Amino acid sequence: MKKTFTLLAAAAIAASAGFATPAAADLVVPNLSYRTGPFAAGGIPYADGFMDYFTLLNERDGGIGGEKVSVPECETAYNTEKGVECYEATKGQGALVYNPLSTGITYQLIPKVAADGIPLYTPGYGRTSAANGKVFEWVFNYPANYWDGASVAVKHLLEQNGGSLEGKKIALLYHNSAYGKEPSRTLQELSKKHGFTLSELPIDSPGQEQKSQWLQVRRDKPDYVLFWGWGVMNSVAIQEAANIRFPMENFIGIWWSGSENDVTPAGDGANGYKSLAMHGTGMDYPVYADLKKYVIDAGKAAGAGDQVGTVLYSRGMYAAMVIAEAIRKAQEIHGTAAVNAKQVRDGFEQLEITEARMVELGLPNFGQPFAASCADHGGPGAAMIQQWDATAKKWNLITGFIAPDDEVLNPLVAEDSAAYAKENNITERCN
Amino acid sequence: MPDTLLYAIEVSLNGLMAGIMYALVALGFVLIFKASGIFNYAQGVLALFAALTLVGLQKGQIPFAHIINATLGTDLHYFGWTLPALVAIALTALVMVGLAWAIERIVLQHLVNQAPIILFMATIGLAYFLEGLGDVMWGADIKKLDVGLPQGINETIDELTFNAFGYGFFIDNLDIIAAFVAGALVLTLTLFSQYTKYGRALRAVADDHQAALSVGISLRFIWVLVWSIAGFVALVAGIMWGSKSGVQFSLSLIALKALPVLMLGGFTSIPGAIVGGLIIGMGEKLFEFFAGPLIGGATENWFAYVLALIFLVFRPQGLFGEKIIERV
Repeated sequence: MKKTFTLLAAAAIAASAGFATPAAADLVVPNLSYRTGPFAAGGIPYADGFMDYFTLLNERDGGIGGEKVSVPECETAYNTEKGVECYEATKGQGALVYNPLSTGITYQLIPKVAADGIPLYTPGYGRTSAANGKVFEWVFNYPANYWDGASVAVKHLLEQNGGSLEGKKIALLYHNSAYGKEPSRTLQELSKKHGFTLSELPIDSPGQEQKSQWLQVRRDKPDYVLFWGWGVMNSVAIQEAANIRFPMENFIGIWWSGSENDVTPAGDGANGYKSLAMHGTGMDYPVYADLKKYVIDAGKAAGAGDQVGTVLYSRGMYAAMVIAEAIRKAQEIHGTAAVNAKQVRDGFEQLEITEARMVELGLPNFGQPFAASCADHGGPGAAMIQQWDATAKKWNLITGFIAPDDEVLNPLVAEDSAAYAKENNITERCN
Repeated sequence: MPDTLLYAIEVSLNGLMAGIMYALVALGFVLIFKASGIFNYAQGVLALFAALTLVGLQKGQIPFAHIINATLGTDLHYFGWTLPALVAIALTALVMVGLAWAIERIVLQHLVNQAPIILFMATIGLAYFLEGLGDVMWGADIKKLDVGLPQGINETIDELTFNAFGYGFFIDNLDIIAAFVAGALVLTLTLFSQYTKYGRALRAVADDHQAALSVGISLRFIWVLVWSIAGFVALVAGIMWGSKSGVQFSLSLIALKALPVLMLGGFTSIPGAIVGGLIIGMGEKLFEFFAGPLIGGATENWFAYVLALIFLVFRPQGLFGEKIIERV
């Protein structure tokens, strides 16, 4: 009886933890995902892409360097407290790296990963100034971050306006959270440099009611609206913009506001809406033939297989690809397949992704080439602009990669990371 | 007329419209609370479940397709037919009646004569169960809800106000429809409650369970009836909010917008839900318009509760709630 009870209790604890325990020798990459809650519609395709890529490596290549990859999944519901719980619950399994897909969770994990010696990879989200490897030894956010995004959007507008935004009005509509506030400082600096007027309009999460903000847009008549939203906030904003007949080609979202989920509910009203893109999307990449053969047709896909090739699936897959390459690099540097978290950090820091390598991986012209270093954990920061075609129901890339304005961004990164270093008594490295 | 005044009028009108959308959700809470004394935590989730079911039926989606496919190795997603909006709405209403029956049968009948807090806790469990059931049945992706409701600026109002004031007011067509629907709902519910046999029975149960039982009113039937009506109101709220934002999980969070409305209007008054909605809607929008720019904006979520609390200080039972008299 006592034994039965113990077994039942153990089973209950394992079940409540919400993840499978990996085999001892596996390379463990926990997936802090969200398949439930208000942001599930974005979390599911991202998590599927992330999981499916590692399944592909396991099934096709036998893992990375001969070591199978285990991806225990833990549900955060995009809730910061739950995300931290997931981190604490999974780190003991030999976690090599975390990618929590939440800026709120990232901020909580930054001191924890430094103390525990586990790399944190936050592509396109998280704390922007973590790009400074001199201060943030354990955090990597290449290939681009929010400040890059803000700068690329402004550069795109500069191109459209003959190189001058003097006298123009730009509104920043944003998710009222750590995430949404990230681009504020950069845009303030860029407004001084280029002479445009910036107005900032916060929207409380989840953002189902935005009438006040859009009435203000209608009254103020900004020339452009930049948008940092997530979840239902995106689709509501696009619908409201269509309702007030705001010219959609002047409405530009960050890459987290540019998925199929965001534009589909508004139907034809979303036509012409633009968003930033830090990678390609769609099925026109050779990697999908292997994914179909080894993962989807084999019945091993993480989801129903209906999200493959979408923007967020592609982004999850891209994050998994970069992590896999960092692990591969760590194996190469340290001459062992069974690398630990500290060695994987070295792999992240010395990682170089060239276009030739992207071609080998079946992702030609999918993402920008980059090379990390001790000081540079942020990459080149370039992004493209994509535009929604409501008739064809697809995103079209309308620019190539646009480089950010490093002249403005570098001092901001240095200033913010220096403040963090001071608060936390961190001595700069790489000198 | 000065620009600020014009803008304030526009904001007020939009606030009233938003308030009606909040009231649509609040109505469901009021109905169940009035009839059974239960604060139905699951009302927002009922709206989500109803909207998910409506879209699923309309598009001919196969419920539980993911589980079926994972178990049988099939690749089924759609039946291959689509339904006209009205047929899908009628079928969804039937599903909501079935759900009301199941809730009474599985949950409520075992909790007769339990303290209200027990019933409240049961509705919390119900909310989480229905959230999961909706996801498993229909998937968690964002779905477009199209039942033919017009959206976007009302041209007539825009033109009329432009001619009169030199500034065209923005009023959303969907909000105007919602106002008419809410009016019709309140009228129907009031007539039903005052002039029909079942309406009287419903009020009798609301006044005193034991007394109602003693004169032969079936408590179980009344509970199925009231949960069915609340399910229908949730369907209407789900259609309105779903048309606005697409159908996805956040639809269940509209319940948070209904809470200050209930606090203000009273938990037992149908007209109170409407008036409460109007006051909250207009109050939060005007506060955002005047004070938002001074204090950084995004005031609406919290200001609605502050406004409700201010009213509570003077009218603890809400504006239209029944006065609480405890005889010692």
